[in-house]
Amino acid sequence: MSAVIEAKNITKIFGESPETAVRMLEQGSSKADVQAETGQVVGLNRVSIAVEPGEIFVVMGLSGSGKSTLIRHVNRLIEPTAGEMWVNGRNVLELNESDLRTFRRNELAMVFQNFGLLPHRSVIDNVAYGLEIRGAEKAERRKKAAHWIERVGLAGYEESQPHELSGGQQQRVGLARALAMDTDILLMDEAFSALDPLIRSGMQDELKTLQRELNKTILFISHDFDEAVKIGDRIAVLNDGAIVQCDKPENIILKPADDYVAEFVRDVNKARVIHVGSIMEKDIETPCDHNVVGAASCEDVLPLFAEHDWVGVTDEFGQRIGRITAKRVIAALARHAA
Amino acid sequence: MFPDWFNSRPIRAAVDNALEWVVKYWGGALEAAAHPLLILLNSIERFLLAVPWWVLILFFTVAAFGATRKAALPIVVFVSLIFLGVMELWEDAVKTMALMVAATLTAIVFSLPIGILMARSALVRRIVMPILDLMQTLPSFVYLIPTVMVFGPGKVPALIATIVYAAPPLVRLTDLGIRLVNPNVLEAATAFGADRRQRLFGVQIPLALPTILAGINQTTMMALAMVVIASMIGAGGLGYQVLQGIGRLEVSRGLFAGLGIVALAIIFDRITQAYGKQLQARIGVTGEVR
Repeated sequence: MSAVIEAKNITKIFGESPETAVRMLEQGSSKADVQAETGQVVGLNRVSIAVEPGEIFVVMGLSGSGKSTLIRHVNRLIEPTAGEMWVNGRNVLELNESDLRTFRRNELAMVFQNFGLLPHRSVIDNVAYGLEIRGAEKAERRKKAAHWIERVGLAGYEESQPHELSGGQQQRVGLARALAMDTDILLMDEAFSALDPLIRSGMQDELKTLQRELNKTILFISHDFDEAVKIGDRIAVLNDGAIVQCDKPENIILKPADDYVAEFVRDVNKARVIHVGSIMEKDIETPCDHNVVGAASCEDVLPLFAEHDWVGVTDEFGQRIGRITAKRVIAALARHAA
Repeated sequence: MFPDWFNSRPIRAAVDNALEWVVKYWGGALEAAAHPLLILLNSIERFLLAVPWWVLILFFTVAAFGATRKAALPIVVFVSLIFLGVMELWEDAVKTMALMVAATLTAIVFSLPIGILMARSALVRRIVMPILDLMQTLPSFVYLIPTVMVFGPGKVPALIATIVYAAPPLVRLTDLGIRLVNPNVLEAATAFGADRRQRLFGVQIPLALPTILAGINQTTMMALAMVVIASMIGAGGLGYQVLQGIGRLEVSRGLFAGLGIVALAIIFDRITQAYGKQLQARIGVTGEVR
């Protein structure tokens, strides 16, 4: 299966003469070394990621880690210093100006941290903006826009101006504008970061619900590890412009690659992320009164331990594959809490 | 005394001769080139004079109401216009208005593209900025005299002098307005595949419009400030009345014509400002989405 978005050794240097900086990075120098020696700022250091079709791939990092720079390479809002960016089987960096526009109009859509709405246009005209740029007929684009406004829960606000809406509502407009493009790829740059915690959590749930139905390939940028864990099928942790670890959320939490990643993992609600299937005993003999599926989280089985000392674990077809005890769950959760 | 390092007389003579040469060989061509300006000014003047006085008063009063939705400004506008009529200044006021409108329209046609180019290219801005400074600080008489020599006294040099003086703020504010457009919005447009033209007309100009409107307001005001000087070289109107008042030591004539200019200034300033505010409110206070 080939990746939909594939970054190959993308390096981005901000500065006048990036050649020496690139050479230093290739020889293993760190971002700090390069900056001290050449004065060039390393945005991205040989980043390679491969986003598979239909997955939500989260790039997670603190501010300055280069995550927003990375996502802007996918639609070439930023030109890399070195490396290749393959999207839908084509190297985006080889497109000429007009092909690049066609690519942006038809193959991907983007949601922004600061929403990027057009303040002089009504909600429906904002949602229809991408279709308008693409050259769609007015009747068609208004019909599609109205449909997506309803899907994101803004029915009745079609003729409002963006500044009349709350932050959460404005980002729904941003999301509807991207979804209306009906592209397979969705780029989301800290899409929920500017929102209040409760609203953010609600939007995350909605995105997951939408994704179950739409099955898009989503590259999601976040500085919030909880968010990454909640919505990501896979997470790449970025630090100082380089990928530190790239794996399923559970694996990152169970085996953080270094102290930097461990720091994030410490504060995360592990009970929700760790699946019983990955910490169970492979014991299929002991009889159990109650069974859960291996994909269930520790959080899901905790209430069961009020009455049982252990519960059985089955695969998705109900076949017994193991057993999970309260002790094991506690051990798994406690191991990382220290 | 500053030492006499070299004789500057040849330089002066060269400039004078150059102007004479231009007048002699290019006068006709330049006059023909400026003819559209005369046509524009004359048609506006003829139109405004042909319209019955009460229609003009009604128009401005309604425009004032449309801009503010309050009673105050329409009343001020109505009273100011009645004052102009009662003081037998109607025809002069209309001529001044025509000069101002013609100068503003011409300034818009030239200033918007220049302002847009400045916003896009640092090189253009580096070249145009000092020219704008020069246009605003050079005493108007300095370029008034050569203009009169080329075009002869009349409405055309008056109009050109007014444009030279009144256009710079519009160029500056167009440039500023476009550069101040929220980069996030522009980036979003680019990400959706908008080309340069779509970004300019779909994002940059609409979002810069409140600032551009402030520039147009400035231009109308500065054009009004030029009417007395313009009347010295053949523009009629209220400026000419002021000039005559000064010449004949008729204080009343100068005073009432001067008040007439103030009345016009109030009408145009307040109405355009109110429309600017309306526009700003429509796209959010600062034109920025938060």
